Amino acid sequence: MNNGDVILQTSTKIILFIIITFSAYLFFAGHHNPGGGFIGGLMSASALVLLALAFDLKTVRKVIPVNYRVLTALGLLLAVLTGVGSFVFDVPFLSHTFGYFDLPLLGKTELATAVLFDLGVYLAVVGVTMTIILSIGEDT
Amino acid sequence: MEIMMSIATGVLFMVGTYLILSRSLLRIILGTSLITHGVHLLLLTMSRLKTGAAPLLGQEAAAYTDPLPQALILTSIVINFGVTSFFFVLAYRAYQELGTDNMEELRGGDDE
Amino acid sequence: MSLLHAVILLPFAFAVIVPLLHKYINKLHTGWFVLPVPVLLLTYFLQRISQVQDGRVIEESIPWIPSLNIHFTAYLDGLSLLFSLLITGIGSLVVLYSIYYMSKDKEAIHRFYVYLLIFMGAMLGVVLSDNLIVLYGFWELTSLSSFLLIAFWYQRERSRYGALKSMLITVFGGFAMLAGFILLYIMSGSFSVREIIAELGTVTEHSLFIPAMLLVLLGAFTKSAQFPFHIWLPDAMEAPTPVSAYLHSATMVKAGIYLVARLSPIFAGDATWFWLVSGFGLVTLMWGSYSAVKQTDLKAILAFSTISQLGLIMSLLGLGSAAVYFGYGEQSAIYTGAITAAIFHLINHATFKGALFMVAGIVDHETGTRDIRKLGGLMSLMPITFTLALIGTFSMAGLPPFNGFLSKEMFFTAVLKASQLDIFNVQSVGVLIPVVAWLASILTFVYSMIIVFKTFTGKYQPEKLEKKPHEAPLGMLLPPAVLASLVIVFGLFPNLLAYSIIEPAMVSILPSLADEFIVKISFWHGWSTELFMTIGVVGIGVLLYLTLQRWQKVYNVLPGKLSFNRLYDRALSTLENSSLRMTNSYMTGSIRHYMIYIFAFFIAVLGYLLFKLDVFNWRNAELAELSIYEVVLTAVLVAATLAVPFAQKRLTAIILVGAVGYMIVLFFVILSAPDLALTQMIVETVSVTLFLLCFYHLPKLRKEITSIPFKLTNAIISVGVGVIVTAIALAVTNNRLFDSISKYYLEESYNSAGGNNVVNVILVDFRGFDTLLEIMVLGIASLGIYSMIKLRHTDEPLDKRHGRTKTDKGGKA
Repeated sequence: MNNGDVILQTSTKIILFIIITFSAYLFFAGHHNPGGGFIGGLMSASALVLLALAFDLKTVRKVIPVNYRVLTALGLLLAVLTGVGSFVFDVPFLSHTFGYFDLPLLGKTELATAVLFDLGVYLAVVGVTMTIILSIGEDT
Repeated sequence: MEIMMSIATGVLFMVGTYLILSRSLLRIILGTSLITHGVHLLLLTMSRLKTGAAPLLGQEAAAYTDPLPQALILTSIVINFGVTSFFFVLAYRAYQELGTDNMEELRGGDDE
Repeated sequence: MSLLHAVILLPFAFAVIVPLLHKYINKLHTGWFVLPVPVLLLTYFLQRISQVQDGRVIEESIPWIPSLNIHFTAYLDGLSLLFSLLITGIGSLVVLYSIYYMSKDKEAIHRFYVYLLIFMGAMLGVVLSDNLIVLYGFWELTSLSSFLLIAFWYQRERSRYGALKSMLITVFGGFAMLAGFILLYIMSGSFSVREIIAELGTVTEHSLFIPAMLLVLLGAFTKSAQFPFHIWLPDAMEAPTPVSAYLHSATMVKAGIYLVARLSPIFAGDATWFWLVSGFGLVTLMWGSYSAVKQTDLKAILAFSTISQLGLIMSLLGLGSAAVYFGYGEQSAIYTGAITAAIFHLINHATFKGALFMVAGIVDHETGTRDIRKLGGLMSLMPITFTLALIGTFSMAGLPPFNGFLSKEMFFTAVLKASQLDIFNVQSVGVLIPVVAWLASILTFVYSMIIVFKTFTGKYQPEKLEKKPHEAPLGMLLPPAVLASLVIVFGLFPNLLAYSIIEPAMVSILPSLADEFIVKISFWHGWSTELFMTIGVVGIGVLLYLTLQRWQKVYNVLPGKLSFNRLYDRALSTLENSSLRMTNSYMTGSIRHYMIYIFAFFIAVLGYLLFKLDVFNWRNAELAELSIYEVVLTAVLVAATLAVPFAQKRLTAIILVGAVGYMIVLFFVILSAPDLALTQMIVETVSVTLFLLCFYHLPKLRKEITSIPFKLTNAIISVGVGVIVTAIALAVTNNRLFDSISKYYLEESYNSAGGNNVVNVILVDFRGFDTLLEIMVLGIASLGIYSMIKLRHTDEPLDKRHGRTKTDKGGKA
C-alpha cells in the first residue's frame, strides 16, 4: 500500500492538518451551519485515509495509536449515555437541552447537550470508517 | 424540473435493477449503489424542489426547503456507506475463498 | 391477578425454577421439589368443594386483548373443579411415582419435570378458562407439552414418531377447533362460554351453527382419541409410564371430553350433536376394546382400553344430550342419568386406569419387559402389585364391588333407555346401541383378564426377563395403592361423590335442567336388565378368555389393523415429498430468481395500483423552473448510469458509479442541501478508495457470457421497474394529499433545540433515536467486516487461498 510518492507525502503532511482542522470546524459548526457529527467524522476519517494512502498503514498506526473498534464503542457509549442521562432529569430518553453561558475568552456561548450526542456520533463514525479501511488495507 | 428528475430517478432504478439481476457479485453491489442514489433523488423530488433557501435558519430567508427529506437522506447515505462496505468485503472474501464472483457458481446445494 | 390466576400460573413459574434446583441441589431427586406444587394446588381445590357445591362459582377476569374481546377469565364451577381435582390429584400421585420411576442419575429429569409442570399449568388453564381463545391457547400448550413428553427419550426412533404423530393429529384438531370458536364468536359476538350460552337463541338459529359444531367436535375427537383419530394414542405409549398414566389416560385425553361437556349447553338438544357424539363414542368404544384384546404389550392394551373407555364416556355425553331436547320434565330425568354416568365413569376411569398404568410401569421397571408373552407367574414375586392390578382390572371389567361396576351398570341403563328414544330417528337403529355396548363390555372384560392373569399367573419364565423381578419400592407402590383404595371406596360409597362433585359438575353441563336432577347412585338395583347384562358379560367373557387361543385367529381374518395408520403414514410422506418438490421448484438457490420474483411483484402490484387510482391525471402542479445546469447534470448522470452495464473492466464500472455519485453531490448543491452535498462527497471518496483497495488484487472482470433470454428477462424487468418508479415520482408530484409536516421542524428548531441547522437538529435532537440506532448499524457493519477479514478458518489447505500468505493476527481457528 506504500507507493512512496514524494509529492503526495509532502503535500499530505500539510493537507492533513488542514482537513482535520476543517473537520473539527464542521463538527462544532454543525448546530448552526452545515456540518455535524457525521460530516466531521467522515472528514477526519478521510484525512486518515489520505495519510494511509500516502504513507502506509504502519504510519497511521504509529501516528495515531488508537484501537478504532474501541473508538466506535466509545462513541456508541457516549451517545447512549447522553440518552440515558435524560432519565436523571426525569425526561424521556434522548431529551436534549441547551443554554447560553458567558465563558471567558469566548464570550456568550451556547452549550447544548446535543453536542455531546453528536460527539458520540463523530467518534463512532471515525471508528467505523477506520475499522473498515484498516481491516481491508491490512489484508491486501 | 420535477419531470426531469423523475426520469433520472427512473433511469437510476432501471440500471440498478438490471445490474442486480446480473451474475457478477460486483455488478450486484454497484446496482444497489445506483438504486440508493435513485432513492435519494426520489425523496428530494417528492418534497418539491427549489422551494427556498437551505434549511439554515441563520440565513433568515423568506422560505426554506423541506429539511425532513434531507435528514432522511443523510441517514440513508451513511447507512448505505456501511452496508455497501459490508457487501464489498463480503464479495471480496467470497472471491478469495471460492475463486469466483459469479452468483450461479455461488449457489448453495440442494440441502440448504 | 387473583388467586385463581395464580393457581394456573404457579406450575409455569415453578417450571422456570426447576432447572436451577436440579443444577444446584443434585443430591436430592428433583421430583421432591416438584411434588409440593400439585399437592398445594390439590388442597386449594379440595377446599373449594363445599363452596362450589353451594353454587357459588369463582370468577376472576384480567383484560388481555380487550379490543378483540379476549380476556383471561378464570372460572371455577362444578365441571372445572372436577377436572382440576383430577389434574392435581393424579398429578401429585404421578409426581410421587415418577420420583422412583425416573432415575435421577441416568435421566434428564429436570427436563421431564419442566415439561410435566408446563402440562399441568396448561391443563389447569384449559379447564379454568372461560374465554375460548385463552382456552385454545392452553389447549395447544397441552399438545405441545405432550409432544415433548412423548419424545422424552428422543434417541428412540419410535418415540419421535409417536410424538410427531400425536402432535400433528391433535394440533390439526385444535386448529379446527379454533375455527369453530371463531364461528361461535361470529354468531354470538363473544368468546366467553357463558355469554355464548346466554345468547343461545341466536346461536342455534344461525346457519353457521352446524359448521361450528363440526369443527369444535373435530378438536374434541382428536384430543380424546376418538375413532378414527385414535391412532396417535397407542404410539404415544413410548412416553415414560408416569406420563402415560397422567397425560394419556387421566387428564389430557379427557380434555376432549371436557370440551364436549363444557359446550353441551350450547350444542346439546340438536340431533346432529346427539348422533355425532354418541355415534363416534360407541364406534370408538367397540373398536378400542376389539383392538385391545389382540395386543401383546401391556401398555398397548392399556392404550386401546383407554381409547375404548373414552369412547364410552363420549357416547354417554351424547346420549345424555337428549335430556336437553326434552327440557324440564319426566323424560329428561331419565337421560340426565347418562350424564351422571359419564361424570362418574370419568372419575372411575381416572382411578383404575391410573393405577393400572402405574402397575404396568412397575412391571416394566422390575422385569425389563411389558410383553405379556414373556411375562407370567409374577403373583408370588410381586404380591402387592398383583393385588393392585387385580383391583384395577376388575373395576375396569365392571365387577362388583368396585366403582367400575357401578358406572357400567349406569351405562347399560343409559343405552337401554336410548334404544327406546322416539326422537332424532333413533327407532330404526336404536336396538343396536345396547348390543354394541354389551359386546364392547364383553371384550373389555376379556382384555382386563388378559392384563392381570397373563402377567401375574401362569408359568414364570425368568429366562425371558432382563432382570430378576422383585417387589417394587414403597414409593412406587404407594400412588397406585391410593388409587386402588379409591376404586374400592368409590365402589362402596358412591354417594361420597354424588353431592359434592358430580352434581355441581352436572349443573355446569345441563344448566337448563339444574333444578331437576338428584344424583343418587345406589349399589343395588334389584334384578334388573342391567344386572343380567353384567352377568352375561361375565359368563361369556370368562368363556372367551379361556378359549382365547382358538378364536384369536379371528384377528387374522378381520382386518387386524384398519389402514388408518397406513393412511396417516402415506399422507405424511406424500405431504413431505410434494412440499419439497414445490419448494424446490421456486426456491432455486439463485439470488437472481428471487430478485426477479420481488421485482415482478413490485411491478405488478404498484403498476396495477397506479393504473387503478388514475394518478396520471395531470393537474397542473406547480413545477420548479429548469435551468441549463440541471439539464447538463442530468444528461451526465443518465449517460454515466447507462454506461455502467456496458463497462468491461471492473475499474471502469466503479469509476462510473463514482461519477454518478458526484453528480448527485452537485444535485444536492443545486437543491439547497449543503449537509447532504458534503456528506455524499466524502462518502463517495471514501467508498471509491475502499472499492479500489478491495479489488486492487483481484483478477479482471470477466465478460459475462449470457444468453439472449437471460438478457431479455433482465431488460424487461429493469425497464418495468424504471417506468414504475418514474410513474411514482410523477404521481407524487401531481398529487399532494396533505401538507408537509416539516413546518414544525422549521419553526421549532431554534426555539426548542437552539440550533439553526435544521437538518442537524432533526438528526441529533428531534429524531435522535434514529441516529443512535443508525450509528449502531454502522458499528455492527464494521464489526462484521472486521470479523470477516480477521477471523477465518486457518486449517484449510493453502492452495485455496491462491497461494497468498496469511495475515492472520487476531484470528482464531
